Amino acid sequence: MVEARPQPPKAHPAIADPWPLRALLIGVTLAFLLIFLLLPLVTVFSEALAHGVNAYFAVFRDPVAQAAIRLTLLVAAIAVPANLLFGICAAWAISRFAFPGKSLLITLIDLPFAVSPVVSGLIYVLLFGANGWLGPFLAAHHLKVIFAVPGIVLTTIFVTFPFVARELIPVMQAQGSEEEQAALSLGANGWQTFWRVTLPKVRWGLIYGVILCNARAMGEFGAVSVVSGHIRGLTNTIPLHVEILYNEYNLVAAFAMASLLALLALLTLGIKAMVEWRMRLGLRLQAASVGGLG
Amino acid sequence: MMAGSLIRSISTKVNGICLWRRRQVLPGFGLTLGFALLYLCLLVLLPLSAAFLKASGLGWDGFIRAVTAPRVVASFGVSVRASAAAAAVNTVLGTIVAWVLVRYRFAGKRLLDAMVDLPFALPTSVAGIALAAIYGPNGLLGAPLLDAFGWKVAYTEAGIFVALTFIGLPFVVRTLQPVMLDLDPEYEEAAASLGASRWQSLVRVIGPELLPAAVTGFALAFARALGEYGSVVFVAGNMPMKTEIVPLLIITKLEQYDYRGATAVAVMMLVLSFLLLLIINLLQRWSVRWLAR
Repeated sequence: MVEARPQPPKAHPAIADPWPLRALLIGVTLAFLLIFLLLPLVTVFSEALAHGVNAYFAVFRDPVAQAAIRLTLLVAAIAVPANLLFGICAAWAISRFAFPGKSLLITLIDLPFAVSPVVSGLIYVLLFGANGWLGPFLAAHHLKVIFAVPGIVLTTIFVTFPFVARELIPVMQAQGSEEEQAALSLGANGWQTFWRVTLPKVRWGLIYGVILCNARAMGEFGAVSVVSGHIRGLTNTIPLHVEILYNEYNLVAAFAMASLLALLALLTLGIKAMVEWRMRLGLRLQAASVGGLG
Repeated sequence: MMAGSLIRSISTKVNGICLWRRRQVLPGFGLTLGFALLYLCLLVLLPLSAAFLKASGLGWDGFIRAVTAPRVVASFGVSVRASAAAAAVNTVLGTIVAWVLVRYRFAGKRLLDAMVDLPFALPTSVAGIALAAIYGPNGLLGAPLLDAFGWKVAYTEAGIFVALTFIGLPFVVRTLQPVMLDLDPEYEEAAASLGASRWQSLVRVIGPELLPAAVTGFALAFARALGEYGSVVFVAGNMPMKTEIVPLLIITKLEQYDYRGATAVAVMMLVLSFLLLLIINLLQRWSVRWLAR
């Protein structure tokens, strides 16, 4: 959830920790975060570049690697907009109207986060697999979902399902609907109100949800692994291709492909930090303008 | 802004009286709720119910036999043990990290704060191969640990623990940070002026305030760790009965076309996850009441 964090209280002698404790706790934090978080990240790039820059870039000339990159982009290009549309609809209904069962709906939206990725893949196999409910129907019409691209897209939608909705719902609930009501009373129609009033107000929350959704969609491994069938050049996304290369002891190639996902993660964190900064700035400006008027 | 707050104060009064009017003013209720419900049912509820229906085909005896097989029980043992250990370590170290990030000022703090989300953003298979490279017998940390202490980390239960610690950290830190920011320094100042040492106010004043958030963070990290697959398989060794986690066992059963067995184990996992979700919801309600007391 995006939270505009208030600034910490100014250090006051009565609530400041003594310096040995402060030094110890900062030391523990630095050691823990550097070993557990930074070291894996650095390792990805150092292993990828272990045999030099040429070996690194040669990895991406492999047509199988290129197919994995294309498939990953394709899956995200379908799953993210689908969940974006769902997130906007769910947030609009939940934040703007009163209806029974609303809190149950909010809980159900979060459900996919509670499910293990492997189980997420399995339930789609049970539905669309050869022995599944719809298996005979799909076979009769020569449609393939499991061990094919549609299965990968569906499970990706499942595991990234809550991201946009859960970011948008609190933001839209906090903002209320007075401005939309004003726009409507001034003669705007529903679409105009949404595009010109609601969307600009929630844009940072929306961007935040979309980048998190996208990062997970491109990086999902467990769920996709169950439904993909691991067919080289056809149903391997980047994370699955990383696994295959790693298990073949082709370490440079595995880490080179992994470095693409690591760069995506860094980009995601960068955008996230920027969005949080913009939201804090927005709140501060708002507070300043209210203070100025009052 | 003044006009906005004026409208808001009037409309809250109006809304209290006539909820129905508000429903008529804004358009799109039927369309958006209808689409959201359809999407939710088709993509989430229908597939989930497929697992329960498939498992019910086993019958009660068949189900119990499937989930009490020695290999299944052993994998649940490994998963629960490693997840609980990782969540416990994350609760202790995550509390320290959150405290340092909220209360202290030092160079590079914002960068550290942004880094805490790395396990959310880094795909699990990338984390898995990186950890295997670091903690493997020839790895940067694996080799010295093996030489100095004879500790084998990768391909043992310790490797599972390391991977689960990596992915669980942000849950604890991000649950505690807002609570720590909301702590009113007046209580600590009062404690200090009444003669409490800094240590006493940390333990007796701040500790109880943080308790519900710390427990919630533990539960979130534990729940995530239990279902984790990608980062674990590369460092776990994956030996049946010894270092096989539950999600891996499900995949193994699927690869052997044992759909019934896989489904039975998956349903156990689902029931466990839903229980944890319920507990986490109750914990969050408890935190709100605890802080408001």
